[in-house]
Amino acid sequence: MEQFVQQLINGLSLGAIYALIALGYTMVYGILRLINFAHGDVYMVGAFVGYYVVRWLSPSVGSGLGGLLVALAASMVACGVLGFAIERAAYRPLRKAPRLNSLITAIGVSLLLENLAQIVFGADPKAFPALIERSTFTIGIATISNIQVIVLATAVTLTVALEFIVHRTRMGTAMRALSFSHDAAGLMGININRVISFTFVLGSALAAAAGILVGLYNQKIDPLMGIMPGLKAFVAAVLGGIGNIPGAILGGLIMGVAETLTVGYLSSTYRDAITFVILVAVLLFRPTGLLGKTQRTTF
Amino acid sequence: MTMTGLPLKDSAARTLAWLGVYLVALIILSQAVIPLMNPYHIQILIFIGINITLAVSLNLVLGFAGQFSIGHAGFMALGGYTSAAMSHYVFAPMLAGQSAGLMNSLSINIYFASSLLSGGVMAAVAGLVVGIPTLRLRGDYLAIATLGMGEIIRVVILNTDFVGGARGFGDIPPWTTFTWVFLVTGVCVLVVRNLVNSTTGRAIIAVREDEDAASAMGINTTNFKVLAFVLGAFFAGVAGGLQAHFIQYLHTNSFTFLRSIEIIVFVVLGGSGSITGSVIAAAVLTILPEFLRVAQSWRMVIYSTLLVVMMLTRPRGLMGGTEFRWSWILPGRKK
Repeated sequence: MEQFVQQLINGLSLGAIYALIALGYTMVYGILRLINFAHGDVYMVGAFVGYYVVRWLSPSVGSGLGGLLVALAASMVACGVLGFAIERAAYRPLRKAPRLNSLITAIGVSLLLENLAQIVFGADPKAFPALIERSTFTIGIATISNIQVIVLATAVTLTVALEFIVHRTRMGTAMRALSFSHDAAGLMGININRVISFTFVLGSALAAAAGILVGLYNQKIDPLMGIMPGLKAFVAAVLGGIGNIPGAILGGLIMGVAETLTVGYLSSTYRDAITFVILVAVLLFRPTGLLGKTQRTTF
Repeated sequence: MTMTGLPLKDSAARTLAWLGVYLVALIILSQAVIPLMNPYHIQILIFIGINITLAVSLNLVLGFAGQFSIGHAGFMALGGYTSAAMSHYVFAPMLAGQSAGLMNSLSINIYFASSLLSGGVMAAVAGLVVGIPTLRLRGDYLAIATLGMGEIIRVVILNTDFVGGARGFGDIPPWTTFTWVFLVTGVCVLVVRNLVNSTTGRAIIAVREDEDAASAMGINTTNFKVLAFVLGAFFAGVAGGLQAHFIQYLHTNSFTFLRSIEIIVFVVLGGSGSITGSVIAAAVLTILPEFLRVAQSWRMVIYSTLLVVMMLTRPRGLMGGTEFRWSWILPGRKK
C-alpha cells in the first residue's frame, strides 16, 4: 500500500510534465488538425535554454526559487519565439496542402531540431544544475520531495493561467472560434494567422516549462530527450480526447501514473510499451478519447 | 487525383517483355558488373534495393489505399527477426555437416528463400491481426494506432530472450546477395504494379479517393484496405529478412518509428501513388546521406532541411502521383 501511494505520487509528478507537453499538442491539433511532431523537440530546447541560463546567471541571481523563475521565464520566451518561427516558416505555407504534407514537414522540423541541437549543444547528456537542494518530507505514509511539489505547483499554476487565457480573454475566444471553423472565424474579423501564431507561442512556452521541470526532476538533459516524452505526451492528448484541454491534463496524469506503476510492479523495459498499449486500447474502444465527445473539437 | 498516367489495360505481353528485360539486366549486373565493384558500393546497392522494397510496399498502403501507416518498421522488424531465427535455429544447423559445393549453395538458396518467406508470412499475419481492428480508424487516428502497434512489436521483441532481447540478435548467416535483393525488389515492384492496374487495384484506389462513395458502389472497403495492408506488411517483412541476412545482426533500435518515418519520406518525396517515384526517391535518399558524409555531423541537418524545403516547394512529391514514362525523354514514342 505504501509503495502504491509512493508510486502514485511519483507518477503524478511525471504526469504533470507530460500534461504540460500534451497541452501544446492538443491546442495545435484543435486548431490546425496537425500533429506537431516538432513539439517534443521544442521541449528539449526549453530544457537546454534553461540549462544555459542557469549556468550563466547563477552567480548573480543565485540558486533557489528566484533562479528557477528566471530560467522558466527566459526559456518560455525563447521557446515561444522558436514555436512562432517554426509555424511561420514551415507550417504556414502548407496550410492549404494535404495534411500528410504538413505531417512530413513537422517530422522534418523535428529531425532538424534534434540534429541541430546535437551540434550546438553537444550530443552527450548534460547534468542540469541543482537549482534547489533536494529535501523530502513525509505526509502520512508517503514521502514527497520538494522538487515534486515545485513540479506540481508550476504545472497547476500554468494550467490555471492557460485556462484563464482560453476562456477569459479575447484571444482565447478567438482560439476557440478557430477550432470550430477557420472560415467562419475569418468572416467574423478574426485575424487567423495571428491566432495560430499565438497558439504555437503558448504551446511552445508550456513545453519549455516542462523542459525545465524535467531538468530539475531528472537532473539530466540531452538533445534526444524530446522524442519519447513527445510521443507519450501526444498519446496523453489522444487519451484525453485530442483538442480538449482538460483531457490533455487528465491524459498526461494517467500516462505518468501508468508508467511509474509499470516500472514499479512489472519491469522498466515495458515502460514505453505501456504507453502504446494504452493508446491502442483507447483508439479501439473510444477513439475520441476519455473526454472527447464527438469528432468535433472542443476546448 | 486521377490516375491518368496508368493504362487500365495492360497486356500480358508487355509484362512478359519487361520480365525479360529485367532478367537480362539481372544476369548482366550480377555476373559482369557486381564482381568489379568494391564492397562499399555493393553495400549501398543492397541498401537501395531493400529501401525500394520498403518504399514500394508502403506506397501500396499509403499512396494507393490512402491509409496512413507509421508502423512499417514494426513489420520489417518482425519479418527480419522471424527469418533470422529460422536461419539461425533451423537452417544453419542443417547445413553444418555439408561441404562447400553446388549442393551446398543450392540448399543455401532454398533455405534462404524459405526463411525470407517465413519472415514475410509472419509480418503478413501480424498485418492481418493489426489491420482488421485498426483500419476501421481513419486519418490521423490510424496513423497513431499503427505507430503504437509498431512500437509494441518492437518492445515485445526487445523482451524476447529467444532472439537476443536487449543484447541484439547476432550470428545470422550472411546469405543476402545482390542477386537476391534485385530479385525481391523486382518481384515487389511487379506485384504492386500489376495489383494496382487490376480491378482489385482500382477498388483499392477508389477507397483512397472517397471511402464512402466506394462503399456505396458496393466495394467492401475494409477488405481492400486490409488486403493492401497485409501485402505491404509481407514485403516489409521480406525486406527485414534481407537486411538481417546482410548485416548479420539485428537490434530493435534499428526499427524505431524513425525508420518508419524514413520509409514514409521515400514515398511522399517520390510522390505518393507513384511506383517509379518511390523507386527513384528511395534510391536517391539512400545515396544522398553517403555523399553528405563529407559534411559529417551536419549531414542529418542538411538532410532534414532538404526534406522541409522539398515539402514546401514540391508538396506533391517528385512525381506527383504519376508514373515515369519513356515518352518524357524519348519524344518519338507515342503515349
